[in-house]
Amino acid sequence: MKFFVEKLMRVLMVLSLLLVFGFVISIIFTIFSKGWSAMSWDMITKLPGGGFYIGKEGGFLNAIVGSLYIVGASTLLGLFISIPVVFYLNIYLKKNSKLAYVTRLAYDVLFGIPSIVYGAFAFTIMIYLGIKASLLGGIIVITLLIIPIFVRSMDEVAKEFPREILDATYSLGATRLETIRVVVRQIAPGIATATLLSIGRAIGDAAAVMFTAGYTDSIPTSLSQPAATLPLAVFFQLSSPIAEVQDRAYAAALVLTVIVLILSLLGRYFTNRFSKNKLK
Amino acid sequence: MSTKSSFNSLYNRYSHWRESAAVRRGKMFRPDYKFIRKSDESELVVEDLNVYIKNNHILKNINLTIPDKKITCVIGPSGCGKSTLLKTFNRLIDSVEGVKLDGKVLIDGEDIIHSGTEITELRRKMGLISQRPCPLPMSIFENVAYGCRIHGIRMRRKLNMIVQHYLKAAGLWDEVKDRLRTPATRLSIGQQQRLCLARSLAVEPQFILADEATSALDPISSKIIEDLFVKLKENYSIIMVTHTLHQALRIADYVVFMYLGEVIEAGDAQSVFNNPQHELTKKYLSGAFS
Repeated sequence: MKFFVEKLMRVLMVLSLLLVFGFVISIIFTIFSKGWSAMSWDMITKLPGGGFYIGKEGGFLNAIVGSLYIVGASTLLGLFISIPVVFYLNIYLKKNSKLAYVTRLAYDVLFGIPSIVYGAFAFTIMIYLGIKASLLGGIIVITLLIIPIFVRSMDEVAKEFPREILDATYSLGATRLETIRVVVRQIAPGIATATLLSIGRAIGDAAAVMFTAGYTDSIPTSLSQPAATLPLAVFFQLSSPIAEVQDRAYAAALVLTVIVLILSLLGRYFTNRFSKNKLK
Repeated sequence: MSTKSSFNSLYNRYSHWRESAAVRRGKMFRPDYKFIRKSDESELVVEDLNVYIKNNHILKNINLTIPDKKITCVIGPSGCGKSTLLKTFNRLIDSVEGVKLDGKVLIDGEDIIHSGTEITELRRKMGLISQRPCPLPMSIFENVAYGCRIHGIRMRRKLNMIVQHYLKAAGLWDEVKDRLRTPATRLSIGQQQRLCLARSLAVEPQFILADEATSALDPISSKIIEDLFVKLKENYSIIMVTHTLHQALRIADYVVFMYLGEVIEAGDAQSVFNNPQHELTKKYLSGAFS
């Protein structure tokens, strides 16, 4: 009987694993089968031409570049804001501090807020300040969106930070601020994972950038110009009645998936490199 | 070749200038690095020290004088406050919640208990070696250089010299000289403890506080550490907490016996071990409790 239960459970586990795997395969298959026909060098190296949205010449380089701009800048900004937050939460505040509790709760709430709400919130403020949809707006709203992801996932790793390492650093005469070099090195794998998660969320988000970054057919040359993004390129082209344009939406989705794949692989590689110094 | 070396020398000159300018302006602390410490007197006197942690009276009326350039062994059963005493000496006890200190600990005549103490400088003076070796999550080189860096030494050449010198002093140089860039966590546990020793020595302490530094190690590694301590006592005053009486018998010059937060007996190793005055000490030494 025990043996039977063991077997059964094992089969169930493998089944659920296959379910997830099947999901990924079928998504990739759909994107490929529909998008591959529309895929060409022109798509990823050219800006949309005059008749792009009725199925004529051009590509969606504007969306690729816009997405990379927004994701790159907001990931950097997010890192610079969230590392101090995590450091303060875990090194400066005591274990049972009320401020730490409230902060973590706040980030949990922010984590759960849908991105359209971020978009709407930022849009309201932008109207109030009289700013038009722009690259800067997109970067700021995406930064706001990913900071909770950064903080919460780094915090989980930083909570496990060994007390002995801190004591060892203090007993060399380090101030609390000077321990940051040690802390960052120890939680480096966590930072890499958090960055990966954040990039995934940032690059795939359509709702937050719709009002804030806008959409344009050219590559932005300054922060105050609107910027196109890949998820919006998918969204707009998919809602077109023309079949060719719909296929291009899948091609854009394909590019998006490949970018995420490349970033994930890079992230894995760097996670392994960073964790070699980590104290187990 | 020429471009690189000229760049290096330029950089060295620049960093030397930056460092000395900062020191001149009094913004940066620079310990006086001499490779053989001048044997200045360093004295540690404890007067009426009381330590409370959350209303528990941990250390009661401690009065001690730690002899200079000797190995002082603090012995006693578990939970008698030996580690707390060590942590008070470098104020690491501050990070314990609800702690209250009372009394005086004088290092070179200066009280370190009152709030005005410059704690980072105090901790530099009191090198602590913990029970389990705890290498920082960096390479072997960076582990030793870290302390120097935070105390304001940035010149590459100087750091190289310091790291080499103190790894030699800790008897680790020959084993690691070809892999200074590998993570410190890959060393064996005995080597890690010697690395921790080198790391403490690199910031030029006066005292070495060893909190059961050999209890996590195998017999051979602990023998190496013990021998190192005997060698190092020429230049440093060593205070070590130990659980093993045999170790104290082997290397102690001065012995402090503690029981339930009180110092029961303190004196020369010879006289304490051969002729204990107090009933409790006799019992402890004969193995009646441990």
